[in-house]
Amino acid sequence: MSVTAPVGTEPEQSGSPTEPPPPPDRSDRRQNLRNLRGKLDVRLSPYLYIAPFFLVFAVVGLFPLAYTAYVSVHDWHLIGGQGEAVGLQNYIDVVQSPVFLQALRNTFSIFLLSSVPQVLLAITIAAVLDGNLRAKTFWRMGVLLPYVVAPVAVALIFSRLFADQAGMINSLLGTIGIEPIRWHADALASHVAIASMVNFRWTGYNALIFLAAMQAIPRDLYEAAVLDGASRVRQFFSVTVPMLRPTIIFVVITATVGGLQIFDEPRMFDQFGRGGSDNQWLTTTLYLYDLGWGAQKSFGKAAAVAWLLFLIIIVIGLINFAITRRIASSAQAVKKHGGAR
Amino acid sequence: MRTTRKPWLTATVGMAGLALIATGCSSGSADDDGASTGGGGEDGGSDEQITLTVATFNEFGYEDLITEYMELNPNITVEQKKAATADEARDNLNTRLAAGSGLSDVEALEVDWLAELLQYSDNFNDLSDPEIEGRWLDWKTEAATTADGKLIGYGTDVGPEAICYRADLFEEAGLPTDREEVATLLEGDWENYFSVGEDFVASSDSAWFDSAGATYQAMINQVENAYEEDDATVIGIDHATVKDIYDDVLDASVDRELSAHLGQWSDDWNAAFQNGAFATMACPGWMLGIIEGNAAGVEGWDIADVFPNGGGNWGGSYLTVPTHTEHPEEAMALAQWLTAPEQQVKAFEAKGTFPSQVEALESDELLSMTDEFFNEAPTGQILANRADAVTATPFKGPNYFAIHQTVADALTRVDVDQTDDAASSWEKALTAYNELGLG
Repeated sequence: MSVTAPVGTEPEQSGSPTEPPPPPDRSDRRQNLRNLRGKLDVRLSPYLYIAPFFLVFAVVGLFPLAYTAYVSVHDWHLIGGQGEAVGLQNYIDVVQSPVFLQALRNTFSIFLLSSVPQVLLAITIAAVLDGNLRAKTFWRMGVLLPYVVAPVAVALIFSRLFADQAGMINSLLGTIGIEPIRWHADALASHVAIASMVNFRWTGYNALIFLAAMQAIPRDLYEAAVLDGASRVRQFFSVTVPMLRPTIIFVVITATVGGLQIFDEPRMFDQFGRGGSDNQWLTTTLYLYDLGWGAQKSFGKAAAVAWLLFLIIIVIGLINFAITRRIASSAQAVKKHGGAR
Repeated sequence: MRTTRKPWLTATVGMAGLALIATGCSSGSADDDGASTGGGGEDGGSDEQITLTVATFNEFGYEDLITEYMELNPNITVEQKKAATADEARDNLNTRLAAGSGLSDVEALEVDWLAELLQYSDNFNDLSDPEIEGRWLDWKTEAATTADGKLIGYGTDVGPEAICYRADLFEEAGLPTDREEVATLLEGDWENYFSVGEDFVASSDSAWFDSAGATYQAMINQVENAYEEDDATVIGIDHATVKDIYDDVLDASVDRELSAHLGQWSDDWNAAFQNGAFATMACPGWMLGIIEGNAAGVEGWDIADVFPNGGGNWGGSYLTVPTHTEHPEEAMALAQWLTAPEQQVKAFEAKGTFPSQVEALESDELLSMTDEFFNEAPTGQILANRADAVTATPFKGPNYFAIHQTVADALTRVDVDQTDDAASSWEKALTAYNELGLG
């Protein structure tokens, strides 16, 4: 208030020789100032409201990203710290290493083995939960239960179940006459075992997301379908699944990001956590960890892997984005079509 | 006008936001300071409660000792954090050293990776103290001392190796069961041990030993300079000493079918103690506690006063006090107490960790000790004999652990996973070794 008071008295002092600009100008200016404030408020405020996020992001996201890039062009020891600048040598070493390619192969293999069955299973479970069940809340909570268990605990239990000689799964397979599967020796078998941990944890969670989306589908679509003589199965594929498309895309994207960064499960899969003696289940993040904290203790190379992984995720993200746009537009077409009925 | 003011305003708000975050941070650190000065106060007033953490791995036999220490020092609470394997403990320690936080007040180190941490001795408190000079075997202390005379760790145990065996399986296969007869039977070189194994396997369903990796470890621990010269120059793995042992072990494990094909410390390995998958194993003192734990309820384990090719030492550990600790004096006192001869004799009684303290090695208490689980074997006397038989002190420099891992992986590929034969797995080991960039 003390600041604005003199401003208000200004017009009375207009005659003073030290203030040459004429009064109408001033009131214009005040008006302009007010307008400006109003406009600034409208235009800037939204940015200010979201600014905290970006500030926090700059500190905990952008800075580490840039710093990792800085580390990746240096010799950098885990405990010894910064060494000489080596340019792109770390990247060259990593890309030329056959282990990196194995790690990429394993990561994508585990990712596909986990996300594809996971999405299919989650939609099916959601469809069942969407039906008329007794004790609905009980079933819905039950589906979410595995998600509550810590991933490391899941991995510990599963790696015992999947033990090659003493594991329960192999002895169960033995009772129906199947040869024991070498879960810790064969690459694909180890991927299946690790993917099963991921699926155990995430299927129920995704099922609940699908369930929420299913319940938002207008019921008159189903009524119309019933009038047209569609069976339950036909309803599911012609009404439910098309209406779920945006949700499917969301689930696929989150599964992609999580899948490419998978660490806990492969790390806990055997007693050493280095991805197997022949790198059977060494994922990119596990490789990163091993470079930085394992035998080599080279933060430089680990940072190079981190950046390569970042670039790979961006590429996959762009592909996802392209698919999302295409499917989102076709989903809208479905909606319009449904509305016209 | 507008365009010039907008960025200015944004900048101001930005600054304000940053200031908020900054104050958030600084208030946080102020709290930390408060807590740590509180800790400092506790050092002065000895009645205040403090908590010390001790990070160990496998079985150190400290459970009862820690209870005893807390009774002696009512103001100190000691918590033990046990890692399942030494590898895991090493990962924990490295990660936390790099992060500069989260370390325990007392951290246990294994001799295989002691040298690599000795390079960063700034991270550990100097524990030398005239009162305890001469407590340990000379070589034990020397290994933990830096070039400028700083002692970073107190020796806990050493690992003189004997052979542990299943007397019941021996009997079924028609081999002698008495531990002295077994000792005579196995007296000799590794070839003798393997050929007795062939006789055993011919008339038994069980394998002769648990894993190629463990057997290799026992053999390489009898080599003075396996991977590095005494001045820490790297020799690597591509030379006859390592390659011959590698070939011998795999020949015995795979071609002569002596191995149970178990990866040491794996779930299968742990479970195999219960179903008699193998009859013998290289058995350093600290392994007794592990066998006892894994084979609980199984009868027939015994220990013979013999080791192929003379004596051998496998492992042995140290207690260190990282500089990170808030209670360096209390932590040092605890480490000193735990590694005192009287306490290490008790640890030996509990879990078989064989003391590295001169006084403990001579004590009647140790020499007269027997182990009920191992058929009342005089484990104290046997391991003391085994310690005397150790002739080679393998040099374990800063790169020992990393280099050893490449061969250990190669053995696992052939023996356990069976994804490779000996030759192709060796090629992979060479590639992995070259990637270390030591040569």
